[in-house]
Amino acid sequence: MEFQFQFDWQAAIDSIPFLIKGIPYTLLISFGGLLIGFALGIFFGLLSINKKWFLRWPATAYIEIFRGTPILVQVLFIFYGLPDLIGGPIDPLTAGIAAIALNSGAYISEVVRGGVQSIDKGQTEAGLSLGLSRNQTFWSVVWPQAFRRMIPPLGNQAIVSIKDTSLFSVIGVGELVRQGQIYIANTFTAFEVYFVVAILYLAITLSLSIILRFVERRGLASV
Amino acid sequence: MTQIVKMKGMNKYFGKLHVLKDIDLTVEQGEVVVIIGASGSGKSTLIRCVNGLEEYESGTLEVDGQQLAPKSGNPKALAEIRKEVGMVFQQFNLFPHLTVKKNIMLAPKKVKDAPETVANATAERLLNRVGIGNQADKYPSQLSGGQQQRVAIARALAMEPRLMLFDEPTSALDPEMIGEVLDVMRELAKEGMTMMVVTHEMGFAREVADRVIYIHEGQIVEQGKPEDVFDNPQNERTQSFLSRVLAH
Repeated sequence: MEFQFQFDWQAAIDSIPFLIKGIPYTLLISFGGLLIGFALGIFFGLLSINKKWFLRWPATAYIEIFRGTPILVQVLFIFYGLPDLIGGPIDPLTAGIAAIALNSGAYISEVVRGGVQSIDKGQTEAGLSLGLSRNQTFWSVVWPQAFRRMIPPLGNQAIVSIKDTSLFSVIGVGELVRQGQIYIANTFTAFEVYFVVAILYLAITLSLSIILRFVERRGLASV
Repeated sequence: MTQIVKMKGMNKYFGKLHVLKDIDLTVEQGEVVVIIGASGSGKSTLIRCVNGLEEYESGTLEVDGQQLAPKSGNPKALAEIRKEVGMVFQQFNLFPHLTVKKNIMLAPKKVKDAPETVANATAERLLNRVGIGNQADKYPSQLSGGQQQRVAIARALAMEPRLMLFDEPTSALDPEMIGEVLDVMRELAKEGMTMMVVTHEMGFAREVADRVIYIHEGQIVEQGKPEDVFDNPQNERTQSFLSRVLAH
């Protein structure tokens, strides 16, 4: 018997409407998580460069813990583990957003730290010598410059986090991969469906890359 | 005469290195004091102590009537001092993300709550004064070094300081741009600004300074009128330094 595989274009096209239903979840978990992660990253990133050790230490601990453990373990812990602690179930969407937030927050802390530390000390001295307070100097002189340098690594993190949401199919969030698995269970067209899933991820990440390139070019023009 | 800066028995260390040794120095209002000395002699550190960019370990320092305690023990006095003391740096330290005009407007708006229109008018007036009124909307990186340093001077002047500190303001400039910066400083001195200037420009020191101070290894070795220090130095260290810098 001769084995012949043929890519079934019709099956691929047919799966699209069902798969696309996963995109809002993928985007919601990614960007909801990243938004909180960015806030966490600013908070812990700035704490991690504070002169006082008792502020620096908790930030360093947070960063090391969430950077040093797999995000899959983190989301399983939140979804299956935490309910024991808080005495009630956590819905998969919340667990997914929380995992992306905590995980990306750790990486973004390092991005923030690096960005702020890359700004020349002379900038702070100039601000202070003009009579600006430490806070004013930081937020109107150092931060705007640091933030521009942070755009490329932040974009990188956003793309990583978008792809990380695919792992959350294990807790049953109806995101892209989960939709694919459900569809394949009925049609057995794994090759075609995962191919489409991959294309859909690529469409999201490429759009983001293009937007970021544009923002970067405009933002860096003056520095 | 009011004394704007009063240093008494000031000592400063970088770790074990004793960078300023028992410095006694007063600066009168309207006086132009030029500080000279070899690299690493402590002259930059000395003026950086005046606005608290460096902390000192012992002695006393009074600037514009405010006591600045050792180890910057009183932040309130420090804040007051910085409002009254302008500084110009060797590397300009302009804010690269702001236009020239916004560089100048930032401190009056944030520190003095100056309205936009007032801050804008001040910036335009000062830019004209330093001769670059037509560059207001450019970014610092689009200007030459000499122009950038003149913007930095205008930025400091926007706070209407009672004292201006210059930390080697021409050392990072190409030779052909040194003159334009010194011209602005000369004008400023003529208008009666109190100035402490660290520089290697001996011609400028001789012409503009009311007093020249020579620092060697953290100590004031000699000071006096420029003609006395330059033409008839008493200390042999001053003589040897001057013979080296004036020879060429």
